[in-house]
Amino acid sequence: MKRVQFADPLMPYMLLLPQLLIVGIFFIWPAAEAVRSSFYLEDPFGFGSTFVGFDNFTDALTSSDYASTARFTLVFTALTTFFSLSIALLLAVKADSVIRGASTYRTLLMWVYAIAPPVAGLIGVMLFDQHIGPLKEFAGLLGWDMQIGVNYFDTAFCMIVIAVWKQVPINFIFFLSGLQSVPKSIQEAAAIDCRSGARRFWTVTFPLLAPTGFFLLIINITYALFETFGIIDLVLKGEPGNNPITLVYKVFLDGFRGNDLGGSSAQSVILMLLVFVLTIVQFRLIERRVHYN
Amino acid sequence: MKREHITDHLILILGAVFMIAPVIVAFMTSTHDAVSVYRNGLQMTWGGHFSDTYSAVLTEAGGFTKEVTGFTMLKNSMILGLGFAIGKIIISMLAAYAIVYFRFPLASFCFWVIFATLLLPLEVRILPSYEIVQGLGMMNSYSGLIVPLIASATGTFYFRQFFKSVPDELVEAARIDGAGPIKFFIDILVPLSKTMIAAIFIIMFVYGWNQYLWPTLITTDETFFTLVRGMRQILQVWIGAQIPETNQAMALAVLAMLPPVIVVIVFQSWFVKGLVESEK
Amino acid sequence: MAGITLSNVRKTYAGGVAAVKGVSIDIEDGEFIVLVGPSGCGKSTLLRMVAGLEAITEGEISIGDRVVNKIEPADRDIAMVFQNYALYPHMTVYNNLAYGLKNRGIKKEEIDRRVREAARILEIADYLDRKPRALSGGQRQRVAMGRAIVREPKAFLFDEPLSNLDAKLRVQMRIEIKKLQKALGTTSLYVTHDQLEAMTLADRLVVLNGGQVEQIGTPIDVYENPASTFVASFIGSPAMNLMEIERDNAQWHLSRGDGLSLKSELEERSAILGLRPEDLHIVEDETQLEDPLVLSLIVSAVEPVGAESYVHATLGEQGQEVIVRAPGKQHFEVGSVLKVAAKREKLHFFSSETGKALTSTGKLQPA
Ligand SMILES: Nc1ncnc2c1ncn2[C@@H]1O[C@H](COP(=O)(O)OP(=O)(O)O)[C@@H](O)[C@H]1O
Ligand SMILES: [Mg+2]
Repeated sequence: MKRVQFADPLMPYMLLLPQLLIVGIFFIWPAAEAVRSSFYLEDPFGFGSTFVGFDNFTDALTSSDYASTARFTLVFTALTTFFSLSIALLLAVKADSVIRGASTYRTLLMWVYAIAPPVAGLIGVMLFDQHIGPLKEFAGLLGWDMQIGVNYFDTAFCMIVIAVWKQVPINFIFFLSGLQSVPKSIQEAAAIDCRSGARRFWTVTFPLLAPTGFFLLIINITYALFETFGIIDLVLKGEPGNNPITLVYKVFLDGFRGNDLGGSSAQSVILMLLVFVLTIVQFRLIERRVHYN
Repeated sequence: MKREHITDHLILILGAVFMIAPVIVAFMTSTHDAVSVYRNGLQMTWGGHFSDTYSAVLTEAGGFTKEVTGFTMLKNSMILGLGFAIGKIIISMLAAYAIVYFRFPLASFCFWVIFATLLLPLEVRILPSYEIVQGLGMMNSYSGLIVPLIASATGTFYFRQFFKSVPDELVEAARIDGAGPIKFFIDILVPLSKTMIAAIFIIMFVYGWNQYLWPTLITTDETFFTLVRGMRQILQVWIGAQIPETNQAMALAVLAMLPPVIVVIVFQSWFVKGLVESEK
Repeated sequence: MAGITLSNVRKTYAGGVAAVKGVSIDIEDGEFIVLVGPSGCGKSTLLRMVAGLEAITEGEISIGDRVVNKIEPADRDIAMVFQNYALYPHMTVYNNLAYGLKNRGIKKEEIDRRVREAARILEIADYLDRKPRALSGGQRQRVAMGRAIVREPKAFLFDEPLSNLDAKLRVQMRIEIKKLQKALGTTSLYVTHDQLEAMTLADRLVVLNGGQVEQIGTPIDVYENPASTFVASFIGSPAMNLMEIERDNAQWHLSRGDGLSLKSELEERSAILGLRPEDLHIVEDETQLEDPLVLSLIVSAVEPVGAESYVHATLGEQGQEVIVRAPGKQHFEVGSVLKVAAKREKLHFFSSETGKALTSTGKLQPA
């Protein structure tokens, strides 16, 4: 780390103790517990549990319920990521190119970052509401009878719109700072070499933004998978019924509503593996980013 | 080289409207009374009932829930946001300091243990975490709300990155100047990290304030509800009502977003810097 | 005040890099020693071992009569000036100077006296309340010096302190450092890769190469009697011309090609001949010469620098380049033939196996 380090025998452990203690109790222990109980079948009446090997996993992975949830999660993640990245990129490029009002635009486009997903969810639910929602009314004018909470597709649409709305700001912040860190000399060289602004964007600016884009891709996937819990919970008003839900939401439902401890744990472990892969990829990308700069 | 295009501005204005309009609607609706919202839908204009609505949600228990006022929820949110940010900064600064500035046998082991928390977001260990906190008797308490959240690796990584970027010569000069580890930390490293601390504080305050899943799990007693956690209850009461108090629901949503939004806008440059730099 | 003794000091880094391979130097009280060598040769490592910032793998370092191998940097009674100055960015200049003194528990009045005295000497008294960020590069450098001076240490250690300054300021600060060191009389160990800086500052030079001492001596001594081809080519600008030569009976010629005529009683079969550019003088009529050496060159380029010109010329079949230092006013035609000669005492001979200096009688010079 540093060329010169302190060599006190006790102090580093004392400095690390608080964090390690909390990590141990609230991270490692429950995670180990999740892994353990994913191999057991809990008696619903609390009379102990039996070891069932990979049964919970095969049960989860083969159930049609799980498959449809996984399918929706995939679509939800893909669409949310795609739209929030593209909208943010477009806005960032424009915000970088205007001179007047640049900082006002920046503020207006980023502040939604601070809004919590469930708060966004609440406002979204109201906007799409059957009786009072202006968006539902607007869709009606276009001949679309929106039925949030009833119609599978409409509900999914609503979730994605809110999730995109909530995620655009952070992507915008990263893209804009990526654009602003493209050295002026490179922009000037490109301006001399290439007359068409669009071409210049796709051949020079876009490749330079690619590392930021890859990095954001992972951030967005993680967001869509995990952090949209609050949005989904509010859109469903706590009543999933036949509506679309994501994998994380299903873990929550099965664990707390269904009281299926083993199944919920098995699903948790599957998610852990997913996070593991995402984190590895993310760290690879961060390393690359460092080299790019 | 830059040239102004009217279409650029149009796109940006459209984008800004997309981002702002929902919140404007929420706020305007909160200034109307429940009956007119029920009749006419959500509102885009000033309704004149601002103080009625807001004093009701802030001070009257039972508007939505039976025990808690908006003011209490605001206080709880503040405790969570501040407690989380401060706790996280202290804990992660100390840990990062140990990792970067000390030579000790278990250094890389400790680093990996902390690193592992990145692989274990709350969402993948919901049920056992809940059970453990319950077993420790930390349900419905501020410590149960805050402590389990502050150990994740993000803060430690931010500070580790930052400490690594501090020139090596500074600690060398300090050692020649006779400063030991504690003196160096207090006299030099902490003052040097001021901007970094501020940036992380803002990010963490917003992050803590906006927590949803964890508070949902471990606070069942309404007196410990935060505003964000309260969203779900608000919605449920709203659905169940004869004439739903949409104005009050929206007022609570506005209250729930106000402090983090203000912090982010006021400290925009620090916040952006912290966010972008720390991810490198 | 004190001298510094390094005896057989070695440093092997954790990765296995042997950065310093057995260095012994005796530094006298008040002496200004410059460690010079190419980048990566272990200068900083050596200096940092004296400072106590790097553990000593083997050997012994004493400051005064005290072995300091196990002593903390703060207790070695030294002060160090870093290349990037390492000023505390959040402290005022005053506090930067005072910090080390406060930590040593020195009384406030005494601290104040010392800081103001140092500030006066270094002409930074007007900036005492500023933060380093508000200072120019030269001013920061002075503050870094000030931080060393107020300690009133047994020794100053400098690690390339002028490298971050522009050329003009570097020359100016170089002179000031020298004056200051003489005025204070503090033993100093100074690291640089710039041979000119080394020559102008040093009482004695220590030329390092690959973690080993190549030569120790006064600047003039090192310049006039380089102990090896490494020192010969490192010290002096433009560098000494080096060429491989072989003997045929009493007649020496280039290993490859001709253009050289040399009489020498050297006994070796082959050697490396070294000639400083300024020791070559242009001759019109070679038959009249007493000089034992004549080169026949073809001019390839001329670099006029004002008072003098560096004539680049080629020699022999391999087109080996030779640089001749000529008066500035003289004109040279590219492609023309140029004859140069040198006096016997200006010839340097090095062993073609080891690169070490040979005397003209063929014995290795005592190092
Ligand atoms: N902390 C270290 N760990 C491993 N090798 C090092 C370290 N510091 C320096 N080195 C290596 O030791 C050699 C000498 O380095 P240094 O003393 O910094 O050279 P100089 O100051 O002469 O340029 C170099 O090869 C360098 O790569
Ligand atoms: Mg060096």
